[in-house]
Amino acid sequence: MSPAIGATLNRVDGRFKVRGESRYSAEVQVTNLTHAVVVNSKIASGRISAIDTSEAERAAGVLAVLTHRNMGRVATVPRLLPSLAGLAAPGQSFFPMQDESIHYGGQPIAVVVADTIERADHAATLIRVEYETTPATTLLDQDRDRAYVPERIFGGLLPGQNSRGDVAKALAAAEVCVQATYRFAPNHHNPIEPSASTAVWDDVDRLTIYDSTQGPNSVQLTVAELLGLPPISIRVVSHAVGGSFGSKAMVWHHPTLVALAARHVGRPVRLALTREQMFTSCGHREEQEQQITIGAAADGRISALRHHKYSLTSRFDDWAEPSLQSAAVAYTNPNYEGVYHLVRGNTITPTFMRAPGEASGMFALECAMDELAERVGVDPLELRMRNVSDTDPSSGNPWSSSGLRECYQRAAELFGWHDRDPQPRSRREGQWLVGTGMASALYPVTQPVNPQRAKARLYNDGTAVVEAGVSEFGTGVFTAMTQVAADALGLPPERVRFVGGSSDLPNITAAVGSAGTSAVGSAVHVTVCELRDQLIRRAVADDHSPLHGADPARVQVRDGKMVLSDRPDVGETYADLLHRTMTPDVEVLGTWNPPPQDAGYGIHTFGAQMAEVVVDAELGVVRVRRMVGVFAPGRVLNRKLAHSQLMGGMLWGLGQALLEATRMDPRLGRWANSSLADYLVPVNADAPDVVVDTIEQHDDVVNPIGIKGVGEIGVVGAAAAIANAVHHATGRRMYELPITLEKLL
Amino acid sequence: MRPISYSRVSDVGTAIGTVAADPTSAFLAGGTNQVDLLRIYVEQPRRLVDINDLPLKQVEELPGGGLRLGGLARMSDVAEHPTVRRRYPMVSESLVLGASPQLRHMASVAGNLMQRTRCTYFRDTEVACNKRSPGTGCSAMEGVNRGHAVLGTSECCIATHPSDLGVALMALDAVVQTESPAGQRSIPIDDFYLLPGKTPEREHPLSHGELVTGIDLPPLPVAAHSRYIKIRDRESYEFALAAVAVAMSVVDGRITEIRLALGGVATKPWRARAAEAALDGAPATTDSFTRAAEAELATAVPHGMNAFKIELAKRTIVRALTEMTQREGSA
Repeated sequence: MSPAIGATLNRVDGRFKVRGESRYSAEVQVTNLTHAVVVNSKIASGRISAIDTSEAERAAGVLAVLTHRNMGRVATVPRLLPSLAGLAAPGQSFFPMQDESIHYGGQPIAVVVADTIERADHAATLIRVEYETTPATTLLDQDRDRAYVPERIFGGLLPGQNSRGDVAKALAAAEVCVQATYRFAPNHHNPIEPSASTAVWDDVDRLTIYDSTQGPNSVQLTVAELLGLPPISIRVVSHAVGGSFGSKAMVWHHPTLVALAARHVGRPVRLALTREQMFTSCGHREEQEQQITIGAAADGRISALRHHKYSLTSRFDDWAEPSLQSAAVAYTNPNYEGVYHLVRGNTITPTFMRAPGEASGMFALECAMDELAERVGVDPLELRMRNVSDTDPSSGNPWSSSGLRECYQRAAELFGWHDRDPQPRSRREGQWLVGTGMASALYPVTQPVNPQRAKARLYNDGTAVVEAGVSEFGTGVFTAMTQVAADALGLPPERVRFVGGSSDLPNITAAVGSAGTSAVGSAVHVTVCELRDQLIRRAVADDHSPLHGADPARVQVRDGKMVLSDRPDVGETYADLLHRTMTPDVEVLGTWNPPPQDAGYGIHTFGAQMAEVVVDAELGVVRVRRMVGVFAPGRVLNRKLAHSQLMGGMLWGLGQALLEATRMDPRLGRWANSSLADYLVPVNADAPDVVVDTIEQHDDVVNPIGIKGVGEIGVVGAAAAIANAVHHATGRRMYELPITLEKLL
Repeated sequence: MRPISYSRVSDVGTAIGTVAADPTSAFLAGGTNQVDLLRIYVEQPRRLVDINDLPLKQVEELPGGGLRLGGLARMSDVAEHPTVRRRYPMVSESLVLGASPQLRHMASVAGNLMQRTRCTYFRDTEVACNKRSPGTGCSAMEGVNRGHAVLGTSECCIATHPSDLGVALMALDAVVQTESPAGQRSIPIDDFYLLPGKTPEREHPLSHGELVTGIDLPPLPVAAHSRYIKIRDRESYEFALAAVAVAMSVVDGRITEIRLALGGVATKPWRARAAEAALDGAPATTDSFTRAAEAELATAVPHGMNAFKIELAKRTIVRALTEMTQREGSA
């Protein structure tokens, strides 16, 4: 019934990307263009006591040097709100360069605009800044005794603590308790394309921003509020985005700074952040510690879970990545307590990053589960099977769909789990200790709050264009949308073009939280179905149509033709209908109204991860040999894209486990490894044999196309599977990420 | 970037004459490290003299059995050169394990020897660094120093020398050939690298405008039985946490010839002379290897995060020697 959906359609943007023809936001051709360079604070706390820009202003080619003294004032500083809400979505409740105060290292303190990027960059080095420095907090341990439990986190969307049952009592009564503390280094996204914005004012109230973003509408609404302009004054275009991983999910300062700079110099201005600036300009995954206690019966059945997280947030916001959501519902446990503890520090507000929250929260839970398995003498997979919950433990509601058991079974088959000798340090090949480990993967399905819209137009030659304001940042969403539209219209994919990447297009919430494809996909589906139905209604109402008088419910579409379901030889093409009725095109604007988050079902994505590692017995080097990930993401729109994304997620999990760490120098209040040479992400040589499979689940609760998203679930559990495999190989538990070799010497 | 003038020269005399005449000038070869440093204002020459057209790219036999690597020979060309691979496998291996394929295609071997430390504080012009700004202090001493040196350090500097090739050349006693307006010189590789001492800004005994024209590998039969092993967090494109270059011959279970050098743990490519002395004539056993490793690292000085490197270096030495012995045995 769905010839295009599920098929392995190659990326519709692939050809342009491999030929270098895609235009990224720092490559858009603009006449009269100038270039901006941002100067960042070298201290983490204090104020600018003096700033001398005279030499920079005199430098060749310089058009303006903007500081807090002459930078345009913003109309308002909107509060942080995750972009999933579909409203203005600033990354933090603060806007820089409005006064002399400094709250974190890397805070923008000046913007230089010049005729070339080289001249702007040179002039930026000529600015002399004097600071008054005050003590800064940049590490969790520096101010841990001042931790507080916030009322709400995550821009107010989630409570600061949650509980059910009586954890203290249940833990006291438990036959077995596992208690562990896990520490996580801060992480940075490091997409290959650093963020960039180009601002062009056509008039005092007509601004176009070419921006590298996960949500053109979010940028439009946020910049509008900051500049005090109505949204109709601002158009945001995002032709191509070179990866994001959460760094472009919220709206940070650069599009607004570049708009203010462009207004100041009266010419278009381009601002491309440097790699180093990407470490202080777009948030990060915060430094954190998680304390977990599992109480269980002697057979491993869980009776209680206590999960506390301590993390560093900014001076402005109660931000913690929501690490406690999936762990709270992963298994049957009647007694639960989850609490976020925050420490205020001198940092930009942390943000979403690669399976935000669950990548760390499920690491803690799944490593503790591995300890529990060892303590009660049950195979780790069997322990999880015993604790699978058929309902959402937080509400008692049924899952909209699960598939977790099938994921475990399929992963075990693909991996060969059942041959495993549970004894740690039982396998050795030369210098290498060999171990295997597993973990569950869960990621919550978050529904967009606001209506999602799309537009579809069918021309009288039988081709269709479908539009929605989503950007393509590497997920393949334009390709998947082509498939969704082609199927509903009964057209081959090559006769459908999907257009996105502009805030002028129908409004779609930023593509975040694995909800991007489901949001736009549902809107596109609803829209093209309505277009199809209109065309069918026209045909059956037309005296000259072979379908005249037919019941619309009995008309199908296929190969560009509307035909009777029971007599496929009776029908006509869209083109015939439109030509005959002298209709150039038919267009529909459609809306999908997402269901409320609490619609009587628990909605989660499930999966299982397994990994085999080798650990050099003397040198401590850990290498991952193979990974198996099996996931149940509802329906799979495009197997190739979905598997690529899941595989990418698993490799990011490998990075989280073994490599990724941003190192703070607390004396300077600045990161000490802000480069791709020093912040290690996995390279091809690190990539093991990765097997990805999906268990498709029918789910008509989540959305009309039955998809739960594949953007993050591949990350979740991968690091835990690796850490558990390291334990199996060596007999040593890893309580700190990343697992670097000195921890195993 | 600051305004920089650029010229491209095609003969050695003009190249060294031009640079020697202008103290604010510098040679530009592959540029893979230098252009980075220009971009972050750590090096600020006003004039770049591009020497990529100089006829210094050959790998040629020397009378007496040695091999001369032209200063401008690319890392990838030397790594793949059949004679290098046959007679000096550790040189080829050290090159292949360095950088990335793209960088190896660009970078010259002379530039590889001359590359600067990747110490984060050296690269940050806002903070104290005795190597970059003599007399300002060392930020690494109590800073983020997981990658820093434990051997050859001073109270002024603990920056690690990043070259892999240099480590292999140190084990081989290679000789660096230079040319300046004062004439040609041959500098033994050990003298080509200076310890930081009180002058960490001075890394080589070269005068301004003196050009590395070639690197001579001596005739050394034992080098045919050599290898380079490199320990690091990720499998590619990362500097060493510890590396060992070793050439060894074992006769009747005794070590008759040994060349050993360390990388990733010292302020210069580090010839492990104490270990060599302990190994020379000793039985090729784990005991000997362990004693030699202990001897070499006896003077190591840890600084916080890098303390693990002492143990890692010892174990890497033992690993390299053990593998060499096993290979010798099976050969």
